[in-house]
Amino acid sequence: MNKKTAWTLAALAAVVVAGCATGPSVSELNAMARQVAKASFRDEGIVKADKVLNADETNRLCSEADVAGQALDEASAKRIEEINLKAIQWPSDGKFLGDWKQGEAIAQSGRGLTFTDAADVVNGGNCYNCHQISKEEISFGTIGPSLYNYGKIRGVSDPSSEAAKPIVEYTWGKIWNSKAYNACSNMPRAGHSGILNETQIRHLMALLLDPNSPVNK
Amino acid sequence: MDLTLLLFRKSKEVTMQRSRLFMWAAAMAVACMPALAQKTTSQGIDEYRAMLQDGNPSELFEAKGEDLWKQKRGPKNASLEKCDLGKGPGVFKGAFVELPRYFSDTGRVQDLESRLLTCMETLQGFNATEIAKTPFGKGEQNNVTALATWIAAESKDMRFNLSQSHPQERVFYEVGKRLFFQRGGPHDFACASCHGEDGKRIRLQDLPNLSKNPGDGVGFAAWPAYRVSNGQMWGMQQRLNDCYRQQRFPYPGFASDATIALGMYLGVNSKGSASIAPAIKR
Repeated sequence: MNKKTAWTLAALAAVVVAGCATGPSVSELNAMARQVAKASFRDEGIVKADKVLNADETNRLCSEADVAGQALDEASAKRIEEINLKAIQWPSDGKFLGDWKQGEAIAQSGRGLTFTDAADVVNGGNCYNCHQISKEEISFGTIGPSLYNYGKIRGVSDPSSEAAKPIVEYTWGKIWNSKAYNACSNMPRAGHSGILNETQIRHLMALLLDPNSPVNK
Repeated sequence: MDLTLLLFRKSKEVTMQRSRLFMWAAAMAVACMPALAQKTTSQGIDEYRAMLQDGNPSELFEAKGEDLWKQKRGPKNASLEKCDLGKGPGVFKGAFVELPRYFSDTGRVQDLESRLLTCMETLQGFNATEIAKTPFGKGEQNNVTALATWIAAESKDMRFNLSQSHPQERVFYEVGKRLFFQRGGPHDFACASCHGEDGKRIRLQDLPNLSKNPGDGVGFAAWPAYRVSNGQMWGMQQRLNDCYRQQRFPYPGFASDATIALGMYLGVNSKGSASIAPAIKR
């Protein structure tokens, strides 16, 4: 496999170098990177190489913008946000909030979906890896913003009220598909990508929005 | 020095270090009362890291690696003393801080571990493909790790200076950059999701920004490293493999072009930074 890739790369590089003194173009380099990835990664456990390497448009455009060191252009960002917004599945029974205690356990767990995980592992939300959430948990990451007092700061005293509706819906949408609101967000699309199910997301919603949750104390 | 004696002395040190670790854990359990928690935890971690510095079990692997370099082994019953790591046959000092690089004999860009496989195949008659397929921590893989640890140690405190003069070296840097920023999998993670910004952390773990030069002894300049948490010696290949595992990516082949290209990107970004490999990690 390595030898084959090496030959392909060598051949590609030779053609490119012969044709152009300044080196390969951006699209040629993108093609080489795809080829190298395809030849280097293999299926392992529950992870299928093809599925991961064939990124959707959202990931492809955001990755390319990152390589260029620029923000994604406004028109593309807007289009990607619209595509992801349309893909959000709202709670099937209209119920947005579950049990904050179970939500805390899901936020703590970073398990699931690696090539060493079994298929029947219950996936975690990985939330504390990047966010401060409850004040009691001091081992939290800082890649995402603090979510401490999430509901309180936004004035949610009764999550089932009409007044709270926009925040409640936005929070569901953000957890389900973060890219609906920020095209190249670092945050996973927990519902959209099948990391968490509806019930688990309801519990996370309660952790953030239930006035009795430690998050809002 | 007699190797058995050295190993014995070192293993005693390791045991002592472990017992200090338990003492630290016990002290931490008492100290981590909620009111003091934040400050105490970070102070505790600093103390713990300082404590790890006064005995690094990677020395065991260095000694093993040096022995393996000189030992006649494999179907050809030969040593690795004529292995060319980029600075000519047999030259190991300073080789580590110039890898990955292009090798004209193989026509490939290779990192340290990939180059060691080449030498083990051509000089000693081992089957490089078979070793690459062997899981980490098993059989000849352990020997590759020990060799990499010793060769890295021979460049300790030297500054990274990877070549970008061959066209393939430049292509590998650009490919590595694209892999670094490649989002994918169920979590949309790229290397850059965690290592693309300054001053971030996962839980309490500080994350170096590897999209630029992270400084002396950080990121690429710290591996191979001994991991206290699992008692294992890891080379850069295993470090990248575990990153990809956590990223929910598929399995990157050992010494595959993707891992070498990524190494080229990280190594070139670290130009001028001093190597502390083999380091000691949590």
